[in-house]
Amino acid sequence: MKGLDSGFSAALARVPGVDAVGLEERAAALCKRSIKKDTKRWALDFLIRCMDLTTLEGADTQGKIVAMCGKAIRPDPMDRTIPSVAAVCVYPALVTAAKGALAGSNVRVASVAGAFPSGLAPLAERLSEIRDAVASGADEIDIVLNRSAFLGGGTQEAFDEIAASKEACGAAHLKVILETAELGAYDPIRRAAALAMRAGADFVKTSTGKVGGATPASALCMMEAVRDFHRETGRRVGVKISGGVRQAKQGIQYLVILHETLGADWLMPDLFRVGASTLLNDVLMQIGTQRSGRYQGPDYFTVD
Amino acid sequence: MGTIRKRTSSGASAPSKRGAIVPASPFAYAPAPESRGIVKIKDRYGLFIGGRFVEPRSKRHFETISPSTEEVLSVVADAGEEDVDRAVAAARTAYAKTWRALPGRERAKYLYRIARALQERAREFAVLETLDGGKPIKESRDVDVPLAAAHFFYYAGWADKLDWAFPNRRPRPLGVAGQVIPWNFPLLMAAWKIAPALACGNTVVLKPAETTPLTALLLAEVLQEVDLPPGVVNVVTGAGRTGAALVAHPDVNKVAFTGSTDVGKAIARSIAGSGKRLTLELGGKAANILFSDAPIDQAVEGVINGIFFNQGHVCCAGSRLLVQEPLLPVLIAKLKDRLQTLRVGDPLDKNTDVGAINSRMQLGKIEELVQSGIDEGAEIYQPECTLPAKGFFFKPTLFLGVSQSHRIAREEIFGPVLSVLTFRTPEEAVEKANNTAYGLSAGIWTEKGSRILWMAQRLRAGVVWANTFNRFDPSSPFGGYKESGFGREGGLHGLEAYLAFEQGAGRG
Repeated sequence: MKGLDSGFSAALARVPGVDAVGLEERAAALCKRSIKKDTKRWALDFLIRCMDLTTLEGADTQGKIVAMCGKAIRPDPMDRTIPSVAAVCVYPALVTAAKGALAGSNVRVASVAGAFPSGLAPLAERLSEIRDAVASGADEIDIVLNRSAFLGGGTQEAFDEIAASKEACGAAHLKVILETAELGAYDPIRRAAALAMRAGADFVKTSTGKVGGATPASALCMMEAVRDFHRETGRRVGVKISGGVRQAKQGIQYLVILHETLGADWLMPDLFRVGASTLLNDVLMQIGTQRSGRYQGPDYFTVD
Repeated sequence: MGTIRKRTSSGASAPSKRGAIVPASPFAYAPAPESRGIVKIKDRYGLFIGGRFVEPRSKRHFETISPSTEEVLSVVADAGEEDVDRAVAAARTAYAKTWRALPGRERAKYLYRIARALQERAREFAVLETLDGGKPIKESRDVDVPLAAAHFFYYAGWADKLDWAFPNRRPRPLGVAGQVIPWNFPLLMAAWKIAPALACGNTVVLKPAETTPLTALLLAEVLQEVDLPPGVVNVVTGAGRTGAALVAHPDVNKVAFTGSTDVGKAIARSIAGSGKRLTLELGGKAANILFSDAPIDQAVEGVINGIFFNQGHVCCAGSRLLVQEPLLPVLIAKLKDRLQTLRVGDPLDKNTDVGAINSRMQLGKIEELVQSGIDEGAEIYQPECTLPAKGFFFKPTLFLGVSQSHRIAREEIFGPVLSVLTFRTPEEAVEKANNTAYGLSAGIWTEKGSRILWMAQRLRAGVVWANTFNRFDPSSPFGGYKESGFGREGGLHGLEAYLAFEQGAGRG
C-alpha cells in the first residue's frame, strides 16, 4: 500500500474552507438562470447523452436489465433523433446481462462495486469485486468513499483504498461516490473530493441514492474542488450528479452550475454524468413539449 | 466607451485557456427577456401633491430615458420653487390635520397596505426600475422590490410601539420631512426614507433623482390606491435645483439625503443654523479584506457581488479589495476567470449579471477615473465581452498593483471597477482600510471568528460584513463614519432620526 505522500498532505492542507451561506447562495443564484428555446433543447439532448440510466435494486433481474438496456439505446422508440444515454449503471452480478443487451451499441456499462453502498466489506473483497466487474465487461466502476475511515480520521486509509481501487479497475474508469449527505458539512465534501482526485478518481460523484441525494450546493462544492484540482495538476476530473434528480429542470440547473463553474470544457459525457432512474422520461416529455408546444401524458413514454 | 490607452491585459488580446466560457460554449444562453408589457408608462407625469397628480407651475418638464437603449421613456415635471412650496404646504396641512393625530396602529395599517401593494405589483415595479435605471432585472426582482416591501412591513410594525421602543422617553414626530434620494436604488431608497418617516408620524416631500423618477411616481399611484390621506407623501420630480429648494424650504423640519458627499456638504451648509434635523448617507470607498484562510470561492463571489452588484453604483460597494499577500496569485486567477463569466448586457434579460450604467454623465466619470488608473500605472484587466451598441455600458474592470496613493484607491468611482491592493498583517489591513475619507462599510473574509471580531472593533465603518457583502435587512441600521455621512437608517436607529423626545417620563 502506498503511503500518504507529502505532496498529497500538502495538497489536502491547501484545500480552502467553504462558507455554507455563500455556497448555497451561489448555487441558488445559478439555479435561477432562465434557460429557454434552443439552449433548452440543446440542454435536454445533452442530459440524455450524459445520463447513467440506473437500477440498483435488490430485486433487479436479468429481464429488468435487458429491458432497461433497450431503453438506454433507444430512449424513444418513435423518435430516432433522440440519442442513446451514456451508460447503464447496475450491480456487478448483472454486468454480463447488460453487456450482452448493449452489444453493438455505444452505451457503456457502469457497475457499482466495492461493497456498495456502505463500502465496509474487507478491502480484499472489495478489490476482488471490482476486478470481477471489470472482467465481466464493466467499462466504468462506481465505488464509495470509505466514510467510516474518512470521518473517523483515517484519511490515509481512505486515500489508499481509492488508490488500490483505481489499480484494480485497470482500464475501466473509476467514479468515487462521496455520499455527500453523510459527510455532514461542505468542508468535508471539498476535502473528500480533493482526496479522491489525488488518489486517482476519474470522476467524483455525489451520492449512492440510498441516503439523501445531490443538492445544488453540494454539487457546486465538488465542482469547485474539481476546478482547483485542474488548476493545480492540469488533469480534468469528471463530475457525476446522482440521487434525487428526477426532473429535467433539476438536470438543467446542474448543467448551469457545471457550465458556470468548470466551463464549456466539461460539457461532454466523459466529464459529466447524471445518474438517475426516472429522469429520462421527464427529459423526453420536455423535449416533446419543446417540439409540439403541448405536454403528453405519461403513457406515451415507455416504462422499462 | 472612451478610448483606454495601452497597458491592458484584456482577455481580448490574450484569451485564457480557462476563460471565455460564454462565447465558446454550445450552452450559450438564449435571450430570456422579461416582458415589459406588464408596466404602462404614461407619456407624461405631473407632480404628486396633496394626493393628486398636478401640472407643475414651473411649466417645465424633462425627459427620462432608458440607459440601456437611450430611448425616451416619458416626460416628467420639473418642479420649481413654487411647486416645492405647494408640496411642503400640502405636507404641513396633512401633518397638522390628519397624520400627526392618527394613532400609531392606524398609521401602521397604511404602511402594511403599501407593503402588500408593492408585493402584489412587484413585477411591474421591477420592470420599471430596470427600464428607467438600467439595473439587471434579477436584481430589481430579487433585491430592490422585495427589500422595499420589507422596509414598509418592518416600520409598520414599529408605528404603534414607539413609546415602548424608547423606554422612559416620550417620542413625538418632527413634522415635515424633505427627502432627497439617489438614482442607484430609486424605489428602495424611497422606501428607506418614507417608511420610518410615516411610522413616526411625519409627513413627507420626496425628491427622486432626475435620471430615475418613474418608480417613485408609480409608488405615488400605489399611495393613491391604498387611500393614504392626501398630502402625507408628496413627490416632486426635478434635478438639483428642485432638491436645493426642498431642503432650503423654511417649513421643512427634517432633511434626509442620500447621494454624493459634495451635495451632502452643500446641504449641511445650506441648513446650518436653521434648526432642521439632518441625516446624510453619502459616498464610500469600502475595503473588502481577504485573509489567506478565507473560504476562497465564496470570497470570490463576495468580491464580485461587492463591486459588480448594480454595476458598482452602490455607496457601500467593496471597491477596494485588500488581499493578504500569500493569497494574491490564486485569488487574481480566480477573479479573472469569474469576471469572464459575468454576463453584461440587456438589463431586462433574466440572465444578465451586469446591466447599464445609469447615465451618460456617470459613464463619463467612470471612464475618466479608469483612465487615471491607467495613467498612474495600475494594471487593468477587463474580460472579453461584447457590449451592446446602444446605451451606456462599461466592462467589469479590475485594477491590479494599486496602491493607496492612486486616485482609483481614494476616489469613489461608483462603477464596476475594482482596485486590488495587498496587505501583510491584520494591523496593516485595518490601517489601510481606515485610511480613507469615507467610512460606510467594510468586509472581512476569514475562517477565524476571533479575527472577525478583532477587525470589526477597529474598522471605522458603519457596516462591517463578515464572510458576505452587500447584505441588507430592514432591521439592521445602515450609515456612515466621516465623509460617508451621519445618522442611521433601518432598525430602531432609523426611527430616532424621525423623532424628537419630550421631557418627562415616557411609557413603557
